[in-house]
Amino acid sequence: MKKSSLTEKLVNAPYMVWAAIFILAPMLMVIYYAFTDRDGNFTFSNITALSSYGEIFGRSIWYALIATVICLLLSYPLALIMARSKASVQQTIMMLIMVPMWMNFLIRTYSWITILSNTGIINTILKAVGLPTAQLINTPGAVILGMVYNFLPYMVLPIYSVMSKLDKSLVEAAQDLGANKRTVFRKVIFPQSLPGVISGITMVFVPSVSTFYISQKLGGGKFMLIGDSIEMQFQSAYNYNLGASLSLVLMVMIIICMLVMNRFADNEEGAMII
Amino acid sequence: MKALKRTYIALIMMFLYAPLLVTVVFSFNSANSTSVMQGFSLKWYGELFNNSTALTALGNTLVLAVLSACIAIVIGTSAAVGINSMKKRWLRSSLMTVTNIPMMNPEIVTGVSMMLLFVFVGKLVSSSSVLGFPTLLIAHVTFNLPYVILSVLPKLRQTDRHLSEAAQDLGCTPAASFFKVVLPNIKSGIITGFIMAFTLSLDDFIISYFVSGPKFQTLPIVIFSMTKKKVKPDMYALSTLIFIAIFILLILMNVLQAKAEKKENRKWEAK
Repeated sequence: MKKSSLTEKLVNAPYMVWAAIFILAPMLMVIYYAFTDRDGNFTFSNITALSSYGEIFGRSIWYALIATVICLLLSYPLALIMARSKASVQQTIMMLIMVPMWMNFLIRTYSWITILSNTGIINTILKAVGLPTAQLINTPGAVILGMVYNFLPYMVLPIYSVMSKLDKSLVEAAQDLGANKRTVFRKVIFPQSLPGVISGITMVFVPSVSTFYISQKLGGGKFMLIGDSIEMQFQSAYNYNLGASLSLVLMVMIIICMLVMNRFADNEEGAMII
Repeated sequence: MKALKRTYIALIMMFLYAPLLVTVVFSFNSANSTSVMQGFSLKWYGELFNNSTALTALGNTLVLAVLSACIAIVIGTSAAVGINSMKKRWLRSSLMTVTNIPMMNPEIVTGVSMMLLFVFVGKLVSSSSVLGFPTLLIAHVTFNLPYVILSVLPKLRQTDRHLSEAAQDLGCTPAASFFKVVLPNIKSGIITGFIMAFTLSLDDFIISYFVSGPKFQTLPIVIFSMTKKKVKPDMYALSTLIFIAIFILLILMNVLQAKAEKKENRKWEAK
């Protein structure tokens, strides 16, 4: 028995080493670069320099919040419809939602330009039926649309998976006890779907708030987001220290957001048991 | 009500498939444009085979995906075995927390943090071009690992511990008992992990973008630099081809899985 536990310990060693060097050390590197200057001397200047990024941070959070809410509003009814359909229909819709994810993310986003541009598909159709054309590309709306489009499946999947496991006898019990459709939804279905909603929110919000390609292509470079600023520091301005401090703030922001969400999820579970 | 539901689903599907349709349709454009369709032609598909940058990048992407997925399943499976048998709870949960980091962190932060590590090490050995194939491989293995571990762990939990103990009592070495008893039980988890790792690696852009050098470029990186300028329909043709390839691969996998399940069921019935 002792012998086997020793081998089992050894079995784990490569991963422990790997995780220490390639997961933990990079995190420390971000902190190190954020608090040093080009020559490696300790400094706060990268952190104080962030004060001029207030607008960009605000915009990133705002756009990501809107995109998350839209995803939630679109996904919830969809997940509800799916969960109530026949098993074969459920599987088909699920697959249809996943398929677009296999197309390259960059091309998927880029082809929206063809649809939204001033001479694009939507405006051509508008013109053909005699309606006035609209400026669609290079607007905040286009950036948010890009986020919703790319991350919508991340909202649908967790909500659907929770709803499909929902105990049907609970719904029946509520109905037997005289609850109408709305009460059943409010008291039984909605509270039970919350864990899915919460993981959906984090799964959409995190990539939305940190994205950098979508805003460049669909926003025409006019609406810089945090991701764009980080990318710029690393790929064109070559100020790694400032880039690291931006990344650090983004990381801390997301950790806080997750802690809050997890807390919320725990409370819900606790309430359900009571 | 039913009609309303159907319309709703149809609208969502339209939204999801519009860009895909655009990509596929414009890949057959006879003109050099991704905004005005002039006529049907296959010339961009032909042109693709003369585009050596894209072809090399495609080869690179495949090599990287296969290699990183292979390394990830070896390290990941052994890690899962180790984690599963850990007795100290705090050690186990802290290791799982670390495992979750690459999945929770925004991809851009993972990419940037790894780039900083590589640049830092590069400075130490005073080499200016550390970024290349090795760094890409390391990064891909790193973001593949959590997915492999999380798909193998549940299978290990379902495996009866006493089985491997029994095998050892009957004279197997620990290693032999692993390969003869445990491995067959967790095989499906490893395969799932491999496929996930392969597709993740194939499709990754953001992390690769930060840890790659000019000498070894993957397809998403080439596509990115091409979309900086005006995109020619040959990129659409390429994306369409890859899309179809993945589509066929996944359908094949489903068919194989269904067959395997049927076989399994029959075995049970025979018993």
